[in-house]
Amino acid sequence: MDFLRPAGWEEALAAKAEHPTAVPIAGGTDVMVEINFDHRRPAYLLDLNRIPELHEWETGGDHVRLGASVPYTKIMENLRAELPGLALASHTVASPQIRNRGGVGGNLGTASPAGDAHPALLAAGAEVEAESVRGTRLIPIDEFYTGVKRNALQPDELIRAVRIRKADGPQQFSKVGTRNAMVIAVCAFGLALHPGTRTVRTGIGSAAPTPVRAGAAEEFLNAALEEGGFWDSGRGITPSVVRRFAELCAAACDPIDDVRGTAGYRRHAVGVMARRTLTWTWESYRDASKGGA
Amino acid sequence: MRVNLTVNGRPQQADDVWEGESLLYVLRERLGLPGSKNACEQGECGSCTVRLDGVLVCSCLVAAGQAEGREVVTVEGLADHAGQRAGGTESRTGGTDPRTGEGTELSPIQQAFIDAGAVQCGFCTPGLLVAADEMLERNPDPTDEDIREALSGNLCRCTGYEKIMDAVRLAAARQSEGS
Ligand SMILES: Cc1cc2nc3c(=O)[nH]c(=O)nc-3n(C[C@H](O)[C@H](O)[C@H](O)COP(=O)(O)OP(=O)(O)OC[C@H]3O[C@@H](n4cnc5c(N)ncnc54)[C@H](O)[C@@H]3O)c2cc1C
Ligand code: FES
Ligand code: FES
Repeated sequence: MDFLRPAGWEEALAAKAEHPTAVPIAGGTDVMVEINFDHRRPAYLLDLNRIPELHEWETGGDHVRLGASVPYTKIMENLRAELPGLALASHTVASPQIRNRGGVGGNLGTASPAGDAHPALLAAGAEVEAESVRGTRLIPIDEFYTGVKRNALQPDELIRAVRIRKADGPQQFSKVGTRNAMVIAVCAFGLALHPGTRTVRTGIGSAAPTPVRAGAAEEFLNAALEEGGFWDSGRGITPSVVRRFAELCAAACDPIDDVRGTAGYRRHAVGVMARRTLTWTWESYRDASKGGA
Repeated sequence: MRVNLTVNGRPQQADDVWEGESLLYVLRERLGLPGSKNACEQGECGSCTVRLDGVLVCSCLVAAGQAEGREVVTVEGLADHAGQRAGGTESRTGGTDPRTGEGTELSPIQQAFIDAGAVQCGFCTPGLLVAADEMLERNPDPTDEDIREALSGNLCRCTGYEKIMDAVRLAAARQSEGS
């Protein structure tokens, strides 16, 4: 095995181009588990710890450009206002030790359906900034997850950053697990209200081969909110609308039975989380619009 | 490969390190510092917890090469680390074993663990001490909720955690009296 330790971003891209099979290692919280248990024995490890810009974020404009290696702890501490959904999701990851090392770049690299960043990114709206010596491209988050633990990166590409739309309304993240600390999600749900565009976006984790949005549920809800004039009136959403939304979210799942839960339980839980997160965010939206009026 | 790093204030060099090796393995097997424990090697138990450039991490999940040029504090150096924070300028390792920390006056959190009876088999203790000390550094006046959160990455199979909670409360109280 070779340990490649580029001192800068250009050098890292060159190394990845030269050794496309090299496994990038950022926080190592996924990679090292695989190596410790001999599940993976790459010919090259490509250390990303020494690249300063991967640990930085920029908040100018309408999105946050979040460096791939910014650890969850920093997101929770510094980006709660801009990225409330992702900050909530970050807080549910593992333990302080893991949150101090792991970040969104690694979560995207692993692309596990159980990764907690994914529902938050899907709900907020995001693009993955993938770069190689050939150039940079922006991959819409909806197109990033291509299969179970597979993503849209090319072998010579690295994730430079994730561009996440800044919150323009309330966001929520909810996760079902057996206890508070250190749980892999049985399933998870992210929801973001976007009053600017009068849309609601969702993200579902651990309930399909990849993280997914509940597209039909979003369409139904967006139409119902528009028709009912809810965005303007700030009225509570009709219970039958909330119920139908929750059913459609549950229907968007394609879950499996595994040791953490059955498919039926997952579908049910996603429906419950959809109802709750919609209710919570809509309450905050109403409070804010009352306060602002 | 060779890895150079500073451990508990002392420059160290480890040779013949395998590229996929963890920092935990280097500390225990190459540098003779067995205080950090190896239980799960998958980030679940926290018994390998150390500070890496001040940050609380599981050393089993840090690749040895990632520690090149960095500063590591292990439980063996905790008393010194806490002493310096409390304003002790001169190193307290004089007359003691600088590798094991043997003979050094204990840090407040270590003393509190003993006084509160928070140690049974002791396997989880080094990781808990490093984690609790890091919290006290950031947050000298923690609530019970803060303590639980800060120690949520450290498992103990013996104590049921109540005595550990007592110990951290005790250390916090003593620390605030002392200042
Ligand atoms: C005990 C424990 C509990 C956990 N609990 C959770 C949890 O609750 N929720 C959760 O979502 N995850 C959890 N995880 C998984 C892990 O912490 C996350 O997936 C984390 O986000 C990984 O980030 P990292 O920087 O450590 O990634 P690494 O392990 O460094 O890398 C992960 C993958 O991403 C690739 N990669 C990293 N950076 C880049 C980049 N810039 N460009 C291209 N590829 C890259 C790597 O090659 C690798 O394939 C847990 C892990 C452990 C050990
Ligand atoms: S040995 Fe590192 S967390 Fe268990
Ligand atoms: S004292 Fe035995 S594991 Fe904690």
